[in-house]
Amino acid sequence: MAEATTDGGLLLVVAVLLPFVAMLLGIAAGGRNLQRIAFFAMPLGMAVAVAIFFSWLHEPGSVVYQLGGWAPPLGIALRADGAAVSMLLAVAFVVCGIGVFARGDFDTPRGGAESRAPFSYWLLLLAVWGSLNLVFVSGDLFTLYIALELLTFAGVPLVCLTGSGETLRAALRYLLFALSGSVLYLLGAVLLFGGYGTLDIPLLADRVAAEPIAWTALALMTVGLAAKTALFPLHLWLPPAHGGAPAAASAVLSALVIKGSWFLVVRLWFDAMPGVVTMPSAQLLGALGAGAILFGNALALRQLRLKMLVAYSTVAQIGYLFLMFPLAFDAAAGRIADGLAYSGGLMHAVSHATAKSAMFMAAGSIYSALGHDRIADLAGVARALPISVFAFGLGGISLVGLPPAGGFLAKWWLLSAAVESAQWWWALVLLAGGLLTAAYLFAVLSRALLRPAAPLTLRAPVARSRELATLALALASVLLGLVAFVDLRALGAA
Amino acid sequence: MTIETLIALVACGLVGIGLFGLIAQPHPLRKLVAFNVMGSGVFILFGALARRGAAAGLPADPVPQALLITAIVVAFAATAMTVALLLRLIEATGSASLASVPPDGDGEAR
Repeated sequence: MAEATTDGGLLLVVAVLLPFVAMLLGIAAGGRNLQRIAFFAMPLGMAVAVAIFFSWLHEPGSVVYQLGGWAPPLGIALRADGAAVSMLLAVAFVVCGIGVFARGDFDTPRGGAESRAPFSYWLLLLAVWGSLNLVFVSGDLFTLYIALELLTFAGVPLVCLTGSGETLRAALRYLLFALSGSVLYLLGAVLLFGGYGTLDIPLLADRVAAEPIAWTALALMTVGLAAKTALFPLHLWLPPAHGGAPAAASAVLSALVIKGSWFLVVRLWFDAMPGVVTMPSAQLLGALGAGAILFGNALALRQLRLKMLVAYSTVAQIGYLFLMFPLAFDAAAGRIADGLAYSGGLMHAVSHATAKSAMFMAAGSIYSALGHDRIADLAGVARALPISVFAFGLGGISLVGLPPAGGFLAKWWLLSAAVESAQWWWALVLLAGGLLTAAYLFAVLSRALLRPAAPLTLRAPVARSRELATLALALASVLLGLVAFVDLRALGAA
Repeated sequence: MTIETLIALVACGLVGIGLFGLIAQPHPLRKLVAFNVMGSGVFILFGALARRGAAAGLPADPVPQALLITAIVVAFAATAMTVALLLRLIEATGSASLASVPPDGDGEAR
């Protein structure tokens, strides 16, 4: 059956172009106007994402746009299936929340001098957003490569906005990891093109067979993407990069950027080569995820600073994102299949994006108010910054997986999939990870709720809008679990 | 052995050398060179595949060539960005070493 551009197809192009057009206009218009343009683009982008969602609801399959009217394999198609639509919505929402928060750090007030860091920040925020949208809607592996590289180029400078030696070093390490990952991905794509003569995902899914060239390509691409996603044991670059960046940038990196390369692994395993995947390979990927959960959580417990704790918690949460692969493996059919585990993985990605951005933003508010973020000296901060600490706790609840949080629903689905497929060992990992997460959350909150020995003096007040943006993201993460009562199809396989 | 197979094998050798260098060399500039060696291997492999995959009568399949140009531009941009970061790092710290004191706040160091 030949696919054609669907009614809402043009919206996909708009979703990709809007952030980039805003970015280019911003470069032309200069620092002060760039921020206005970014704030104009954010609600607009959110509206586009919602419009794509409704357009997708009316389609039996994906929303499709064929560039220039050329059908693959000759042309390139953009497609948005259920997974892409939910990620588009989540990213638009998180970008808006982070944008409101970032105005505190990277504001260029009327009459104030323009400086380099705010200018770079708003440009990079828009660039990350556009690249992520391209990752979600791309229909062929080469466009995905370009999107992935754009995401790297936009994400790395966010690490070193302050320009200090340590952050530059962290950024350089991140860049080298990311570059090795992308060249491995490209090598896999080249092999697939050599073997099957197409890079279009549905066409490839038809032609690909379980044979050495497909195995090699899938292995190379998965390793490359794992390095970019910071999957254990390739996570070494992440904590210094995410922990050292300004809070508004860490939130972007931790909540959004790593999801791009993870989403690409999902595309490869579930959409492009579901029949190539073997049970041992899925188990291996799951084992790396389990390693990330246990190792990341254990290291998070040992951190002395709040931002580093949140960064190591990201390492652990990435592990959950990779547990979906063994759980989705249908042993009877010998292939990976959509189902509960798939929905669980996506749900976890969305709820982690909202929860982790809120936690980084809360940590940033605490840092700017106290002038430090040493966990041992947090006593009294819950009284001084109640909204931020509350948001931090709510985000933590979602990470731990208490109902009704999105993290609960995600873990519930993953657990159910583990029970259904009789893979009890992953259920143990899921539960142990939740307990460890609760332990470091408790370590932070119990200190924040203490009565301070001496009255706490805040170095700088925290703007109410920043705290409310943080709270909005945390609430979204906690209420996400209610989606179970609304419409399961919205996050399930389309 | 056809010439395409020979070229493809050489390309695979380049990828291997590059990957080894990327992992084993400690200096970032050497890592960057290794990244470029590896990238060149991938590009040459793509070229060899284009030659092999050509339809009858054509000298080569044009699609890989179009993709190659794009990939080369991306690799060039990546190289430029790495060099820029490296120069800033040397400016800020006086050394190009990646192995470092962990950033302050890294709990393991204390």
